[in-house]
Amino acid sequence: MTRATALEAMPRSAPVWGRSRSWLRYAPWVTVTLFLAPIAAGLLGTVLPAFGWLPAIGGRRFTLAPWSRLFSAPGIGDAIALTVGTGLLATVLSVLLVFGLCAQIHGRKPGRAGRGLMAPILAAPHAAMAIGVGFLIAPSGWVVRLLSPWLTGWHQPPDIATVQDPYGIALMLGLLVKEVPYLLLMTFTALGQVPAARQLEAAAMLGYGRTVAWLKLVLPQIYPQIRLPIYAVLAYALSVVDMSLILGPSNPPTLSVLALRWFTAPDIRMYFPAAAAALLQLAIVLASIMLWRAGEAAVAHLGRRWIARGVRHTSLAALTRIAAAAVAGLAGLGLASLIALGVWSFADGWPFPGFLPRHWSAHTWTRQFSMVVWPLETTLVVAVLASALALLLVLACLENEQRGGRATTSRALWLLYVPLLVPQIAFLFGAQVLLTVIHLDGSLLAVIWTHLLFVLPYVFLSLAEPWRALDTRYARTASCLGTSPRRVFLRIKLPLLLRPVLVAVAIGLAVSVDQYLPTLFAGAGRVVTLTTEAVTLASGGDRRITGVFALLQSLIPLAAYALAIGTPARYQFHRRQPRGEA
Amino acid sequence: MSGTLRLERVSIALEGRMLIPPFSASIPPGQVVTLMGPSGSGKSTLLSFLGGTIAAAFRAAGRVWIGEREVTEELPERRRIGILFQDDLLFPHLSVGENLAFGLRPRVRGRTLRAARVEAALDEAGLAGFAARDPATLSGGQRARVALLRLLLAEPEALLLDEPFNKLDTVLRADFRRFVFGHAVAAGLPVLMVTHDRADAEAANGPVLELGTSADGAPEISAACVPPAIDAVRAAVPSGEIRSPSEKGAVG
Repeated sequence: MTRATALEAMPRSAPVWGRSRSWLRYAPWVTVTLFLAPIAAGLLGTVLPAFGWLPAIGGRRFTLAPWSRLFSAPGIGDAIALTVGTGLLATVLSVLLVFGLCAQIHGRKPGRAGRGLMAPILAAPHAAMAIGVGFLIAPSGWVVRLLSPWLTGWHQPPDIATVQDPYGIALMLGLLVKEVPYLLLMTFTALGQVPAARQLEAAAMLGYGRTVAWLKLVLPQIYPQIRLPIYAVLAYALSVVDMSLILGPSNPPTLSVLALRWFTAPDIRMYFPAAAAALLQLAIVLASIMLWRAGEAAVAHLGRRWIARGVRHTSLAALTRIAAAAVAGLAGLGLASLIALGVWSFADGWPFPGFLPRHWSAHTWTRQFSMVVWPLETTLVVAVLASALALLLVLACLENEQRGGRATTSRALWLLYVPLLVPQIAFLFGAQVLLTVIHLDGSLLAVIWTHLLFVLPYVFLSLAEPWRALDTRYARTASCLGTSPRRVFLRIKLPLLLRPVLVAVAIGLAVSVDQYLPTLFAGAGRVVTLTTEAVTLASGGDRRITGVFALLQSLIPLAAYALAIGTPARYQFHRRQPRGEA
Repeated sequence: MSGTLRLERVSIALEGRMLIPPFSASIPPGQVVTLMGPSGSGKSTLLSFLGGTIAAAFRAAGRVWIGEREVTEELPERRRIGILFQDDLLFPHLSVGENLAFGLRPRVRGRTLRAARVEAALDEAGLAGFAARDPATLSGGQRARVALLRLLLAEPEALLLDEPFNKLDTVLRADFRRFVFGHAVAAGLPVLMVTHDRADAEAANGPVLELGTSADGAPEISAACVPPAIDAVRAAVPSGEIRSPSEKGAVG
């Protein structure tokens, strides 16, 4: 009998814990079903039409016609190259910048000011950030206005494609602005689990400067923990739709935008090549992740040789400085983009070379009020319900895990990442077909459900660590006093973990507000949120109105974060180290 | 060949409170000087000052020399002062051999030559053939030996021992002491050891300084014992420099 089966054979729980587990036991199964069933069904609903099968619109035999239609589309080669190029390059650059910055500051955690500056960029939805970046770098945007006419000599906006450029540079810039802070956050979290300070000190005693020592010692140890977030960024960058619509080229666009265009084409037969394109998108993401994995192995091999050579100094030091400066630049760009949204929404008359509007007014806000209220309400309802549902499921799973005494395995963690790794376009169409079958398409419930797929992993990832880190002796002490597990949960654990719970909810809200494609598909065009409106307006609409929607969209998660972080922490997780040893 | 490790009126204070009163010492190559003191008395902080990694909260004064080279303001990685800690701090993501290669100076070039040097070091420690092993699979005593070898391969010019024997059991401790002192003397390194274990001090067979408390409660350093055999050592200090509560303000 192996040790694992011996454990299985033992009674699962101590007497105190065992009684009220009946329904909790099903929590993981309910969660996984709610969570993975739509994705599995959605993938199937994409695979079948990609090979010609969709009886509802007359596809009743398997054929490769959708694929020949896909590959004969004009500019398809460029679209694929653009997708792969921008996705891989944006991810490689993000990762290099994050590692470079961390090596430069050798993993010191950012202070309050640094975290405070990063929070708005992390909280802002991708669409709003893309709109803001567009406001900055457009030919008539803030950057050109700052330099005109005194430096550029321009009195008219120049005729240069700085946004939606054919090489996807603007798109990559937008991705960098959002993904670098996210990866930084993940890296700082991982750093908490390595005694980096002691190891850097030991390396200094061997003659290593901190930058080199960080790269050789700390980075290899934390990489396994940030691998999945990196893959999520890679998958996102390869298949993003909203940012690509706003900042990416339109002819040809990236593959996922092309698929969306075909899915929403008036000619219903375009579903077939659209499904093929969505499937190709999935293949590209999977192949890229495998390529990345191979790259990891190669870098690890070379890295080991580099470590064993004993080199103390390196010209990389100059590069890490550049990386640190670039990250600071991106952060500035991100913040300026959010400010630009506000400035434009209050602008009233703003002729070109002027750096600031000639007049300020709240006209746009008051005039758009009636247009804004309905999407705002929908956005809030969906976000609140999806986050609440996710929180309930996550708490049930965590509580079940603690009462059952079984930790979630790393394989389960991969399950959690499935919705973040599978391109949205690859299963949302199929999921919509499923929703039609059960007559839920276009309903608020359907939108909430699809949002849940993306909200749940983030709520879980954010809450699991503090929940597990809570000293179990509090709960045990309470149990010894005769408190029921339910009361322990309500009166001990929840109050102690109030802040992490609220932070998790804030993250859930932010993720929900971020969703463009899921809203579009599950809502069947009938559920309109700030996000869908902002993306629609961004293509050619009035910048002032777009600014109103995008700013409002950003303010929801920001307000939620501010409230969550403002809650006093009852329980200190990382006690300060004794003086002098820090 | 390294020079003499000289401490010139070195002192350490925390929040205006003197931990280590100003004292001077000079440790010639091949000599082990022991600083005895209770835990929490600031001994380890003194070593981190000498190594250049002292935390910002402390106020340290004084100058440090190795031979004719002053290292007081030098970056830690340029000082060529090795500290052996209580924890072996072997890097968990590297094999035993890679840990040693990490320490080995880069001027030893070529993979074969470097591997041979690493293997020779392991051989010396009675760990031949351990190069590919994961440090986690080694015993405490083996890990401690690897940690010292890694430090020596980096060719330091002075060695500081921060209670390195503390975590080993009694039998291993005696063994590892002989190993450390033997290698340090063979390498001709000046060694400063801090400990609260009198047996460590005796095994070091060198001058012993004691960090204690004077009658008025201020910390003081006194020469507890200078074995007559080692008259070359001028470790202790003129008595006037030992107790200096009046200097507290100036230092802090």
